[in-house]
Amino acid sequence: MTTPDTSTRSVMVEREFPHPLEKVWRALTENSLIELWLMKNDFQPVAGHSFHLRMEPMPNWNGVIDCRIVAVEHGKILSYTWDALGLESVVTFTLTPTDAGTHVRMEQSGFRPDQEAAYKGATYGWQGFIGGLERVVAGLQ
Amino acid sequence: MPNAEASIFKALADPTRRAIFERLTRDGEQTVHALTKRAGVSQPMVSKHLSALKRARLVRNRRKGRETHYRARPEALAPLVDWIGHYGAFWQNKFDRLGDVLERMDK
Repeated sequence: MTTPDTSTRSVMVEREFPHPLEKVWRALTENSLIELWLMKNDFQPVAGHSFHLRMEPMPNWNGVIDCRIVAVEHGKILSYTWDALGLESVVTFTLTPTDAGTHVRMEQSGFRPDQEAAYKGATYGWQGFIGGLERVVAGLQ
Repeated sequence: MPNAEASIFKALADPTRRAIFERLTRDGEQTVHALTKRAGVSQPMVSKHLSALKRARLVRNRRKGRETHYRARPEALAPLVDWIGHYGAFWQNKFDRLGDVLERMDK
């Protein structure tokens, strides 16, 4: 058995946007702008602030993600916890100014292969999963 | 493909078995008798399919009186659910939208 810490994995997405850093920072930290690209929220860029991100409720899930600001450093780093469907993760945005605009790196860490999220996700998403399975099976034969 | 995954794929490759597993997942625990009524095949065939699902650990059973009750173990699908992949696609999509929002902020 490995220890939980060494078995966590993360998702990373990086992109360079042709826009000044200050503007990108606003899009990441202003409620009305966050809602436009991410979700409805009661976000505040204050360390320790707890908030929710809300998406459309689905069968077996109310669509609410529990968050708490871990770190906020104006124009550089924004980090918050992201707990939903049994997943306990941390989302961190790192901004870097470039010649052409702003480089944004998003890392969501804390995925454990054995965790409840997989179970709940399988329960909630199994129907779509089965649809995908049929295609996989068709490809095997 | 790891063994657990291979046995799950194999078990669910059969449409009748897949229908039985779906029904147990959707409607909860049921007896072999109840499953047979809706399966469109004989009870021995249903029992055979249930054994295959049980070998793949997709269902579990318990005996109560003269009836055997089966229920789904949807958590058995967990090894196949690519959570990292789902979240990766989620964030790629969100970054696309972030790009759109930044474009519109100019105006």
